[in-house]
Parts: sequence; structure tokens; C-alpha cells
Amino acid sequence: MNTRLHKALRNPVVAGAALIVVGIVAVALLAPWIAPHDPAEQFFDGLTLEGMPLAPGGQFLLGTDLLGRDLLSRLMFGARTSLLIGVVANGIAVGIGTLLGVAAGYAGGVTATLINRFTDLMMAFPALLLAIALAAIFAPSLWIVALVIALVNWVWVARVIYAQTAALRKSEFIEAVRSLGANWPRILFVHIVPHLVPTMLVWATLGISTTVLLEATLSFLGIGVRPPTPSWGGIIFECQSYFLDAPWLVFFPGAAILILALSFNILGDALRDVLDPTQRGKS
Amino acid sequence: MSSFLARRLGQSVSILLGVTLITFCLSFLIPADPVRMLAGRSATQETVENIRHQLGLDQPLPVQYAKYVWRLAQGDMGRSFKQKTEVTTLILSRMPATLQLMAGAILFELLIGIPAGLIAAARRGKKADSGFMVLSFLGVSAPQFVTGLILLYVFAHRLQWFPLGGYGSLAHLVLPALTLGITGGGWYSRMMRSSMIDVLLQDYIRTARAKGLSPLRVLLVHGLRNAVLPIIAMVGLDIGFFMAGAVVVESVYGWPGIGQLAWQAIQVIDIPIIMGVTLVAAVSIVFGNFLADLVMPLVDPRLREN
Repeated sequence: MNTRLHKALRNPVVAGAALIVVGIVAVALLAPWIAPHDPAEQFFDGLTLEGMPLAPGGQFLLGTDLLGRDLLSRLMFGARTSLLIGVVANGIAVGIGTLLGVAAGYAGGVTATLINRFTDLMMAFPALLLAIALAAIFAPSLWIVALVIALVNWVWVARVIYAQTAALRKSEFIEAVRSLGANWPRILFVHIVPHLVPTMLVWATLGISTTVLLEATLSFLGIGVRPPTPSWGGIIFECQSYFLDAPWLVFFPGAAILILALSFNILGDALRDVLDPTQRGKS
Repeated sequence: MSSFLARRLGQSVSILLGVTLITFCLSFLIPADPVRMLAGRSATQETVENIRHQLGLDQPLPVQYAKYVWRLAQGDMGRSFKQKTEVTTLILSRMPATLQLMAGAILFELLIGIPAGLIAAARRGKKADSGFMVLSFLGVSAPQFVTGLILLYVFAHRLQWFPLGGYGSLAHLVLPALTLGITGGGWYSRMMRSSMIDVLLQDYIRTARAKGLSPLRVLLVHGLRNAVLPIIAMVGLDIGFFMAGAVVVESVYGWPGIGQLAWQAIQVIDIPIIMGVTLVAAVSIVFGNFLADLVMPLVDPRLREN
């Protein structure tokens, strides 16, 4: 597996994606020290005489937003919001999905039917609309947004984990372990769950891309993370009306969202190739 | 076959019932008390109780739920908090615009996805393959509001090829439909590629090659037909994706469909409208899945047997 990992990283696209993720994580962690300005400070010289945002260049490298705040600094702090929500929400989603998938797959019978019907039901809701309904009901904050995203994103994980657990439960080696007298916690945690780790890892990576996009979309619709916390989708939401005169206010945060989501997609796909050889070259 | 359809129909109905159960429960999570909102701040306790009784909110929950489903079955989704209009009327008036947008988006996603997937599969492992696959990732990773705003800036503001948002002519439709089509096209190119690769590994393709047909003929005449039909049959599964995308794209372009209705409702937290759109979306998704199940066996005879 290590050699396969090395081989995957030798692909320039995958290596580039890995480098970008490391870079964005570093920027998010170091934001308070490397950001050129305070992201919340409204600079007196941050607007033109007509009250318009400043174009990129000069003192404000990427320009300023509609309140005269430094865009680069806001983007750096926005990386924290995106990554934090991406990792936390996706982590919870993978957790819920694994728990329900394993429960349904291992218990079988009525439990499986109940859990699977519930999963089907959740799939009938478009994730974004359900998230909107939930976010409109609860006053959104960073953690509510993360929770809402997790509550609509676990279904795919549950599906995949269920199928794998159900197949494993019927496999010969599990039967052998059972006939040796192992009790169910031992069968489950020592013999089944380790086989699910690759799938969980793939979803933990791929899912971040979905989560980041969903957070950005909720913030763009005005029901995501509350200002003044900078968020990439939120910056575009705030600046949308200035867009035709100050397009950099959309281009830079938009590019940031795109690059982050793209990198996690490429990494997750590569990870799936490494961990699951049967899928290689197909998807 | 007919028993399969009957079972799927039964499943669809039970999923719809489940959907209504969830929206029913969600309406209890709303922090604001609808009775207080209707009665106003100065209402006496007696008035409040009266309104509560009139709305049937003093009845046991199962009775309330049964009445809720009964009203929904008759097409009654309640009244908007802010506009005081029937939610059903509002949604119906917005439906044609959204359906038009969806039709355009389906056209674009197939126009983008199928050729890209075809070329990638034909050039499997080559530069063109990895190039198209990176592009497809780019398509699915681009947030629709960013794609939409950038298309708007370049093609409507700078080049002035298309109007700056709005609704009416075919020219108005192009950019919003393309925005949705780019995301969808990214997915379709990946599905098309793997479907085509599966087909190209079949024995009959090897036979066609062995008898000396040109590679292009093998690809387009023998391969494409079998690879593309299952992909087109999947369009029914896209409805959920379009419903969510419509909220974003319609708000960017000022397209007067149900997505924009939902977006306007979000800004003033008009819960009945948000719930109504969510319900309509869920119903469309269940319907779309059912449709896909119906069409796929017609397209792929192998699915007819089981």
C-alpha cells in the first residue's frame, strides 16, 4: 500500500492537490500571524472617494471589500471557517453514517430494514433544501451550520458502509471466527470494523469537498456562518451587489472555494484508487 | 416486471409519507409560535386559545398529522407568513420557469458530459483522458454561484452576448442553464467514461475490431449506442440536484422560478414557503427515481429479467 501511495503521489495532479491542501491548512492555522491586516478593521483609506472598494494592488494586495476591509486577510481567516466546518461536519457525517451502516449491516433483519428505509427517506430530500429548512429554523452559527451539513450528508456513507458490513458478515472468515467462539463485540470491532477503515478514509476526504461547497452555498444564500466571522461564501454574499464594478470580490473567494473543493476531490479519488484496487481506472 | 413496478410504486408512496412526517416534525421545531404570530402581541389568553382551537393545534399529534397529510393530498400547503397567499398557488405560478431551466440544463449537461466522457474513454490512460477528468473535477467542484457570477460577468457584462439576468427569451435561458449544465456535465462525463470503458471491454467490440472495422466506426456505431442509453436514462435521478441548484442559480440570474421563491422566503424566514418548496422537491425526486426505474429496463434488456 505504501508503494501505491508513493505511486499516486508521483502523479503531478495528485501531488499538486496534496500540496494545495497542506498550503491552505498552513494558511488557516497561521492566519493571525501572516495576515497583513486585521480582517475586521474597516480602513479609512480602504475605500475610494466615491465609497467604492479598492482594486487589487498597492497596500491591499487583493483589494478591499465594500466596508474597506482587506480582502486577503479576510480570505486567510475565511480558510479557517471553511476548513473547520469541512472537517467537523464531514467528520460527524462519516461518524453517523458508519454507525448506522454498521448497525444495519451487522444486525440485519428488522433493524436493517428500518435503518435502510430511513436512509432512503433522507435521500429523497435534496441536501441543500433540507439544510436551508434546518438553517432557517435554527438561528445559524458556526456550529449549527456544521451540524446541519452533517445531518444531510451522512446518507451516502451509511449506504456504502451498510453494503460492506452486510457482505462481510456473511463471509467465511467471519463464520470461522464465530465458530471459534468470539463474542459479537470482538467480531465487530476486531474483525469487521478494520475492513471499513479504507472506505471511511475515502469518505473523510471526498466528503470535505461536498461539505465545503455546501457551507459556501449556505453562506452565499445568507443563512450560513454569521458575520463578522469571515467565510468565503459569505464574502461573495456581502459583495454581490458590487460585483460588476468590483469583480475581484467574487473571483478571489470563488477561486479559493473552487481550489479547496477541487483538491479534496482529486485527493479522495486518488485515495480510493490506492485503497480499493477494484475501482482503479474506472471512475 | 409489473410486480416490480407495483412494489416500487408502493415504496415511493411510503417514502412520500415519510417525507411528510419529517416536514411535519420540522414545523414543530420552529421557535416562533404560529398562533402568537397570528394573534398579535396584545391578544388575550382567550383569543390565543380560540385561534389555537381554530387551527386544530389543540388536538392530539396523530390527528394533526393525519389532517396535515389530508390537506397535502388535496394540494393545500398552507399560507405564506408574509405574502398571505396560498403556498400552492405561489409554487404553481413559478413552476413553468423552473421546468424551462431544467430542460435547458439537461440539454447542456448531456452536450458537455457525453462527448467528454466518450473521448476520455477512447483515449483511456492518455493525456486527453486525464485532461478531461481534471476538467470534470473542475466542473463538479465549482460552486454554482461562482460559475454563475463569472459567466454573468464575462458573457453578459463584458461581451454583452446575453442579457444580464431576467426571464423571457431563449437568450435569457442560456447562461443559467449552462451554469447548472457545467456541474451536471462534470458528473455525466465521469459516468459516460466508465460506461464506455465497460462497453469497450465487451467481446462483441473485440469481434467488431477483429473483422476490420475502423476504430471510429467501432466507437461511434457499436460502442456509443450501448454506452449512452443507460446514461440518458439516469436523467430522472438529476431532479434533486436541479431543485437544489435552482435555488442558487435562480437567485444569481433573477430567474422567476421556485428556486427564487425559496431564496426570497429564506431572506424573510417565511417557513411555509421553504417547507412547501422542500416538499415539492422531495416529491419530484421520488417521482424522478420512479421514472428512472421505469425507463432503465426499456433501455437495458438485461434489467428486464430480474
